[in-house]
Amino acid sequence: MSRLRIGIDVGGTNTDAVVVDETGKVIASTKSATTPDPTDGIRSALEAVISGVDKSAITQAMLGTTHPANAIIQRRELEQVGVLRLAAPSSLAIRPGAAWPEDIHRAVIGPRAIIEGGFEYDGVEIAPLDEDAVRRFAYECVGKVPNVAVSSAFAPASSEHELRAAEIIEQEVGDQLRVSLSHQVGSLGLLERENATILNAALFGVARRVVEGFHAALRAHGLAVDSYLTQNDGTLMTADEAVRLPILTVGSGPTNSMRGACALAGLSNALVIDVGGTSADVGILIDGFPRESSAAVEVGGVRTNFRMPDLISIGLGGGTVVRPAADGVVVGPDSVGYRVISEALITGGSTLTLSDISTRSGRLSGFGDASRVADLDANVVSAALAWVDEQVQLLCERMKASRTALPLIAVGGGSHLVPASVPGVDEVVRPAHHAVANAFGAAIAEASGGVDRVYRYESLGREACIDNAKQLATEAAIRSGADPARVRITSVVEVPMTYLPGQGCRVQVKAAGPLLVA
Amino acid sequence: MRELTLEDLDDMVLGATLLGTGGGGDPYIARLMVRQAMEDFGPVTIVEPGELDPDGLVLTVAVIGAPTVIVEKVPAGTEFTGCVQALASYLGKQPVALMPIEVGGMNTLIPLAVAAEMGLPVIDADSMRRAFPQIEMCVFTLAGISASPMSVADEKGNRVVFEATTNQVAERLARASVMQLGMANGISCYSMSAGDIGRYAIQGSMSYCIELGRRLAAVQRGELNAFEDFLDFADARLYFSGKIIDLDRRTTGGFARGTVVLEALGDPNRTMRVEIQNELLIAFEDGRAVITTPDLICFLDYENAQPITTETLAYGQRVNVIGLPCAPEWHQPGMLDIVGPRAFGYDVDYVPMEVNAR
Repeated sequence: MSRLRIGIDVGGTNTDAVVVDETGKVIASTKSATTPDPTDGIRSALEAVISGVDKSAITQAMLGTTHPANAIIQRRELEQVGVLRLAAPSSLAIRPGAAWPEDIHRAVIGPRAIIEGGFEYDGVEIAPLDEDAVRRFAYECVGKVPNVAVSSAFAPASSEHELRAAEIIEQEVGDQLRVSLSHQVGSLGLLERENATILNAALFGVARRVVEGFHAALRAHGLAVDSYLTQNDGTLMTADEAVRLPILTVGSGPTNSMRGACALAGLSNALVIDVGGTSADVGILIDGFPRESSAAVEVGGVRTNFRMPDLISIGLGGGTVVRPAADGVVVGPDSVGYRVISEALITGGSTLTLSDISTRSGRLSGFGDASRVADLDANVVSAALAWVDEQVQLLCERMKASRTALPLIAVGGGSHLVPASVPGVDEVVRPAHHAVANAFGAAIAEASGGVDRVYRYESLGREACIDNAKQLATEAAIRSGADPARVRITSVVEVPMTYLPGQGCRVQVKAAGPLLVA
Repeated sequence: MRELTLEDLDDMVLGATLLGTGGGGDPYIARLMVRQAMEDFGPVTIVEPGELDPDGLVLTVAVIGAPTVIVEKVPAGTEFTGCVQALASYLGKQPVALMPIEVGGMNTLIPLAVAAEMGLPVIDADSMRRAFPQIEMCVFTLAGISASPMSVADEKGNRVVFEATTNQVAERLARASVMQLGMANGISCYSMSAGDIGRYAIQGSMSYCIELGRRLAAVQRGELNAFEDFLDFADARLYFSGKIIDLDRRTTGGFARGTVVLEALGDPNRTMRVEIQNELLIAFEDGRAVITTPDLICFLDYENAQPITTETLAYGQRVNVIGLPCAPEWHQPGMLDIVGPRAFGYDVDYVPMEVNAR
């Protein structure tokens, strides 16, 4: 009997769910509007998708959700956090919470202290951990804030002081403070990692409610399965881990969408275009993972060092407004958005949109009433289509990393606009079930592990250092649940340290593999 | 004399990133330092050298170390005040002002934070008006001015002061100290009188950086004609719009060397190759050198006009390649010996930007 897994994606507009078998075949799918209390949406999506499926065959459930991201963006349900930095005397020139927008600073940041501790790049202590200062800080926080974020200099390489500080806080005040440690949250870059650690702690309450809601929904349907949440990089963590590390889920939406689209098409290297009502996003998948943007990512106005998929967006969607002009047409940039269902000509409205153009040209059928656009000026139609085709080609050109032609996967409600062939693209693929690509992406996600630290190549040699990093990443992936027999290295990034003699190098390695099923 | 505003600071950060020509360290951390120093100690004043006592002592102050370390071991402040105090005490004289040695990258802003804390003005001048990787690569070396005595300090209170026979030896001694002091340190060197700053430094560098950043910010906001205005102001030129199709990086002797190859957007037959040693040093279009050090090569993100540092270069990135002529003060005998292509080991002749423009 084939084992089944459920993927659920709670987006800003829709909640999608799929049931997938071991070969990646979609057994059932559903799409419904996201509810004001998202757990209601999870429960009803779950109910719809498993009706008619053998429940006893379901072994795992994966959730991708925008709850934590929305909590930060809308400054809702965030808890206060005490901020403890272990780095003095270094770092005193920049206090924790510097450059945070005022509203979220006020909502989140409680007592702050920079105390002695932390490490140099080579693992030597900057100063011994000031354990008395940790105790004093814990007592200062109790009763004022429920959570504490602890960050030390070079924690991704040397986590001892953070772990010791957490131990002291626990000994002193027990469960009166919940602790978030930076080495579990982010990579090199103390200020950005500290920011992410504070946000992580601020999300503890939201995360607990999401996971409890998810588990309650599973229980209500009699599903005793392993539960996971998807992370920014498209891999999984257990629901229990997600309660401790909710910040790692904030960017999972676009990642799930791209990975889902690619897997539905049976491809691992491809361009993906997601055309909605208002805009089109193009990204690229390399070996099944989205290429990441190199820029620092802000979450709700707070700078973090997460990497998010590299996407280019333009105003091209099903609701984009088309205006005839003297020498052709002007397309967009405005759009009627989701109101395309009532405002486009084909749906009885009075605005000429790209959906009308698409219908008149035969690219779109089965939506609205085609007879309403039968009299459209052929020149307007061909000029608007020429604009669309040029934009799609340009987007693909700009996203591709090499001259090699790649397939283009077209998904989303407006993907009918994508032409059947695009110069520089092998073929345009429109996978079945693409409307639930996000949930599918969650359902097929893998377990992963990573390492990010500074190595000195002159002592061990480059090969040995990289091998060590790969080994650590592989072990981390296996600890996260990856099948040891199938875990593989998914990325190796070396960034040489500039401006100094010697061969110091920052090495980032990620490993991932399918979940080991007991 | 004028007070620096927070708005100036934002423009200066953008200008400094651009003048980093891909290197110089991300000024983001330095900006946060300056903001905190201004909050804690009050505003910073920018002065012309002529406004000071011509015999008054001026000290430069800068961060020296590895950007990868500095993002993790964030400055304390005391490494900078410490190196200034150490050098002042060695010279037996207190400074009347501080000055950036390098307007380009994070060192543009470091003196502002230190000046706020020490209650000193900052001189609107520097010695590079771009980023360069070594202490001797500045117009002071051309004028025969010694970098030493110089001081290096850490955040714990360790300080060294030393004298060197040449600026090249001073550079080596400074790096050796940094290796032992945690790779994120303060350095003070090129102590001079305010009168000599007026004679030998690149004048108006801070204002230039702010003005450049202000114009680039207008480009980023998508203002009409902003890009042309930005290019006009800097006598700059857009050389190439392309996508990174190859990136080769290696570290040798403390220098992140590398080569990046761009393919023109919309024309796969046109390519540009750019040689990197921490900074972007030489750009070749179809095999011919078109922009050469000390003129500036800057990569701007094709989408948002944000200057891109070499550490964040990635396959597929879309960039505009801009050439900016170096400060006119560079054009004097000896320039090519210390900062021309051959000084960085490339068998390429310097190509003045004006020649290209015609």
